[in-house]
Amino acid sequence: MSRAPVERALVTTPQPEQGGRRRRHAAAVRSMAGAWSGAVPAIASESVMTLHDLSVYYGDFLAVHDVDLHFGYREITALIGPSGCGKSTVLRCLNRMNDLIIGARVEGSVTYHGVDIYGPDVDVIEVRRRVGMVFQKPNPFPKSIYDNIAYGPRVTGMKVASMAETVEHALRSAALWDEVKDKLKENAYSLSGGQQQRLCIARAIATQPDVILMDEPCSSLDPIATAKIEDLMHSLADEFTIIIVTHNMQQAARVSQRTAFFTAEADDQGGRVGRLVEVDETRKIFSNPAKKATEDYISGRFG
Amino acid sequence: MATATLAAARPILGGRRSDIRSIVFAGILWACLAAACTFLFFVLAVIVDKGVDRFDANLVNRPPSTIRPATAGVAPAIYGTLWVIGMTALIALPLGIAAAIYLEEYANPRRWYNRLIEVNVQNLAAVPAIIYGILTLAFVVRGPISIGAVALAGSIALALLILPVIIITTREALRAVPVEIRAGSLALGATRWQTVWRQVLPAAVPGIATGSILALSRAIGEAAPLILVGATTFITFLPDGPLSRYTVLPVQIYNLVPQDRDAFRDLAYAAILLLIIILLAMNALAIWLRNRYQHRW
Repeated sequence: MSRAPVERALVTTPQPEQGGRRRRHAAAVRSMAGAWSGAVPAIASESVMTLHDLSVYYGDFLAVHDVDLHFGYREITALIGPSGCGKSTVLRCLNRMNDLIIGARVEGSVTYHGVDIYGPDVDVIEVRRRVGMVFQKPNPFPKSIYDNIAYGPRVTGMKVASMAETVEHALRSAALWDEVKDKLKENAYSLSGGQQQRLCIARAIATQPDVILMDEPCSSLDPIATAKIEDLMHSLADEFTIIIVTHNMQQAARVSQRTAFFTAEADDQGGRVGRLVEVDETRKIFSNPAKKATEDYISGRFG
Repeated sequence: MATATLAAARPILGGRRSDIRSIVFAGILWACLAAACTFLFFVLAVIVDKGVDRFDANLVNRPPSTIRPATAGVAPAIYGTLWVIGMTALIALPLGIAAAIYLEEYANPRRWYNRLIEVNVQNLAAVPAIIYGILTLAFVVRGPISIGAVALAGSIALALLILPVIIITTREALRAVPVEIRAGSLALGATRWQTVWRQVLPAAVPGIATGSILALSRAIGEAAPLILVGATTFITFLPDGPLSRYTVLPVQIYNLVPQDRDAFRDLAYAAILLLIIILLAMNALAIWLRNRYQHRW
C-alpha cells in the first residue's frame, strides 16, 4: 500500500527523487479533494494514527507516560478516565496543539499514515488541516456563520471550486444546514450552544480532514443537544476517523467502537502521571474489561 | 398546619433590620463621592462662567496679539495641537500596537529579555512626563538628530510619553480575546500570523481604539514635556507642517495666565474651556466605542 502521497503532502522539504514540485503539488491537491483511495488503507483494522511510547512533559512535569495506541480507519475511539489522567493531553498531541503550550515536550512518536507528525520536516499547518479538532466549549469566531465555515479553507489556501458549495456541504454534514440556511450572514453567536458546537464541527469538516478530534464536545450542552451531536458522530464515522475524549461513560458506550481507559498514578516524586490502562472494543471494555482498574472505574467504584 | 408554617417563617419576617454601621459606611462613601463631584463641578462652573464671554469665533480664527488682546485668539495653538497630536498618533499607535502584539502573542514570557521588556514598559508608564521632554530635547531637538524646536519634536516627545500606555491598554484588549478563539483558528490550520490578523486583532479593535483615544487625550492636555521642546515660542502664524515652529493649547494657556491684563486672562479661560470640551468629547467617544462594540464572549 503506497503511503507516499501522504508523506509528500505533509513533508515540506523537496524530494526530487519523487518527481519534484509539480508532482508533489498534484498529490497534495488530489488528497485535498478527498481522493484517499490510493493513500488510505480501506481495512478497518489498519490504523490511521498510531502512538508509540508517547510521553508528554510540561516542563519537568511528566503528564503522560509511555502510551501505545492506534486509531482505526473510520472508527470512533473514545478516551475515558478520571480528571488529570492525560486523555486530553494525548488528544492534543494528535494535531500538535500541545505545541502551543510553553514547555510542552513530546517523546516517542505520533504517526499519521506512517508519517511521524513530530518529524523535523513536517508542516504542522497541514497536520492540523488533516486532523481537525472540536473543543470542549463551543468556540465559534465572532463572525458570520458563512465566514466561520469558510475560514479554514481560506487560511489554508485550499483550492475549492465554489466556497458556497463547500460551506453548504460542511453544514449539511454537520446536520446544521436546515437550521441556518436562511441566516448564513448572521453572527455565529446568535446560535444556541448546541448549534454553535455543530457549527464548530462543520468548520472542522470544511478543511476536508481525515481525522476529527473531539475534546469533551458535549460537556457544556444539554441532553437534547448532546443527543444530536452523538447522532451526528455516527453519521460522520462514515467519512472520518473520530477520536473523542469524554467524561461521560454512557456517551463512550453509545458512540464508540473502541475505548481506551486512562488513569493517573502517583509517581515517586508525588506528581500524578497519566497512563493508558487498556484499550479494546467498547463492548468488551464495558462488559468484561481485562484490568481491575477499568472495572472499578466503569462500575463507579473509583473516579 | 397553616399556623405552624407561619411560626416557622416568622424569623425571616422581621422586617428590614437597621444596621447602623452599614448606614454610616454608605454615608461616608457617599460623602467622598459628593466631595469629588462638587469640586469638579465647581472648577467646571468657574471655567464656563469666565470663559464663555470670549468663547467666540475670534478664539479659533485669530492669532494671539499683545496689542489687541480683547479680540485675539489661539488659532496657532489649535492648529499646532492638531499637527502635534496627529503626528503623535501616527508615531505612537503603530509602534505601540505592534509592540503589544509581540509581547502578547509572540513573546515567550520565560525568556529573560521578554520579562525585562515587560517590566520596563510598566516602569516607563510611571516616568514623569518632563523626563520625556528632556530626552527629546537632548536627542531630537539638539544632539544627534537636531531637528530643532519644531512640531515633529513635540510629537516625538508625546509619542514616547503615551507609548507605554498604548502598549499596556492594547495588551489588555488582546488578552480579553478568549484563548479558545486562537485555539480554534490554529486548529483549522491557520498560522499564528493569520490568527492574529484575522481573529485576534479584529476582536480587540474596540478595546485598542478606546485605550488609544484615552492615551491621545492625555497627550493633548500635556504641557510639561512640550515646554522643553519649543512649544513656548510666541507665534502668530499657523504651523504649516511637521518642521514648522509651533505651540499647543496647554502651553498657550500656560503663557496667557501670568499676563497682567484681564483680557489675556479671559482669553486663557476661553482656551481652557475649549480644551476641556475637546477632552470630554474624546473621552465620551472612547466610552461610546467601548459600550457599542463590547463583546460578550
